[in-house]
Amino acid sequence: MQNETRLEAGKPEKVFLSKGVREHLVAYSFIAPNFIGFAVFTLLPMFFAFVLAFVKWDGANPMAFIGINNFTRLIHDTTFHKALWNTVVYTVGVVPVTMICALGLAILLNQKIFARNFLRTVVFFPYVASLVAVAAVWNFIFSPTLGPLNNILHAITGVPIEELPRWAADKDWAMFTVVLFTVWKSMGYYMVIYLAGLQGINPELYEAAQLDGANAWRRFRNVTVPQLAPTTFFVLMILVINSFKVYDIFINLFAGADNQLNDSTRVMVYQIYNTAFRSLDYGYASAMAIVLFLLVLGITIVQFNGEKKYG
Amino acid sequence: MVGTDKRLKIVMVAFVYILLFVIVLCMLVPYVWMISASLKLNKDVFSFPIQWIPALPRWQNYVDIWNRIPLGLFIFNTAKLAIVVTFLQLLTSSFAAYAFSKLRFKGRNLLFLGYIATIAIPWQAYMVPQFIMMRSLGLNNTHLAIICLQAFSAFGVFLMRQFYQGIPDELCEAARIDGLSEYGIWARIMVPLSKPALSTLTIFTFVSTWNDFLGPMIYLTKTPLKTIQIGLRMFISQYSAEYGLIMAASVVSIIPVLIVFLGLQKYFVQGIASSGIKG
Repeated sequence: MQNETRLEAGKPEKVFLSKGVREHLVAYSFIAPNFIGFAVFTLLPMFFAFVLAFVKWDGANPMAFIGINNFTRLIHDTTFHKALWNTVVYTVGVVPVTMICALGLAILLNQKIFARNFLRTVVFFPYVASLVAVAAVWNFIFSPTLGPLNNILHAITGVPIEELPRWAADKDWAMFTVVLFTVWKSMGYYMVIYLAGLQGINPELYEAAQLDGANAWRRFRNVTVPQLAPTTFFVLMILVINSFKVYDIFINLFAGADNQLNDSTRVMVYQIYNTAFRSLDYGYASAMAIVLFLLVLGITIVQFNGEKKYG
Repeated sequence: MVGTDKRLKIVMVAFVYILLFVIVLCMLVPYVWMISASLKLNKDVFSFPIQWIPALPRWQNYVDIWNRIPLGLFIFNTAKLAIVVTFLQLLTSSFAAYAFSKLRFKGRNLLFLGYIATIAIPWQAYMVPQFIMMRSLGLNNTHLAIICLQAFSAFGVFLMRQFYQGIPDELCEAARIDGLSEYGIWARIMVPLSKPALSTLTIFTFVSTWNDFLGPMIYLTKTPLKTIQIGLRMFISQYSAEYGLIMAASVVSIIPVLIVFLGLQKYFVQGIASSGIKG
């Protein structure tokens, strides 16, 4: 890089490199600092992941190539199936609720209402607030007998506290609790994307619809929804992909050690983490990671095709 | 007819405001409870009905947390990582983005496509080989590992390029004619003009590095190296019954992000809006 700086500073006609080559070198010198780091720490491990999926390795003993054995093992691994299933259940729970809340809030907070910017900030803040901290609060709020939530529910409904849901502590309610928490934490982010989408709609469309005598519902149905289709599609994809990557929410929402994660709340990334860093079964963990990658890739391909159709 | 319309409108407006009130309540109550609990003795944290403002606020909780865990060190570690990562991100991303948007060279589109293609690949899919690689480089249990991991993102390059695309090429041409080198154009024209994009990237990177959980959990297993998120989590499982202290430590861990967020939130929201939707 230093060389090029000197070349630039010197008299161009005396330089032995032709103009074209020099221009290329300058361009590459701009890209190099980022690209070298990116190639070494991102691209290389990405390729390495494919290799690792076909070996058996504990990190200490010699690596052994075992072909597709890791994948055949996955087919029979009921724990992994459960983790995959839980991830899907979580996704199916989070996606529609978040989308509806985010769109509703965006429409609401796109109106000229009192303290609009403050409200947007309030809804958005959980997204940037530290997960560990806010999960700790919710843990206490959800706490079965002492927690404010059940005490309030008890006060309102009169149902004895023992009969109320035990939230994160109950395996039948745990997934519901995580979904609730996730929606609270992340809907502000998707609201902002929807707000951008709403602001991109030509106001003349609404004026025309109003002149045609369309009421609020019809304006929503026939102007907002179709105009927002690309945004909705984008939000849907990001939400699905983010739901597949989930891990930290699960381990933070369940108080104490993560061994409390039982079958009903074990997700894919937890399984990858555990297999690699606890059981030191790097090859097998990578095979799981490839499954995760393929799922996300599949979703991305659907997005590309969908964008062509609706975008 | 007009009368019912008007009445309907009033009902609607009232409904909207009630709805807003409920939303604000749901969004804010957890924080209020957090702050309130952070000023209480353990035995008072769960008293019901909730006493929002404790009669005798226990500020001692905010003193005790610093002695129970090396909170100062954790915050220092996190701040160090967040600042270095953010600085490197801004520098290398805007540098690369300049070439991708304003210079012509062989392989430009192919290389940029390579960056874009990897944005959608979740880090969790290659975190294992990445860890093995870092370990073989002797970087596990170093802050450098987290820095290398976070500092060179495809997203940063993408975001900055999107912004630079909007700056007219004629500006660069004029500067070239005036004898400014490409580095000079980057430093004197592009960087000053791209403050909104730089602010967006700053807040994205700072907040995500500050809040990162899985990365430090994998790489930083030695206590003196840990970040605030890992430290806080350790503290929670270790002293799981000391509610007041846990809440005080949680409040402290959120404050830096709150400050950065409030300071740059205008850009942050714009950034999400413009980078979220394809440009």
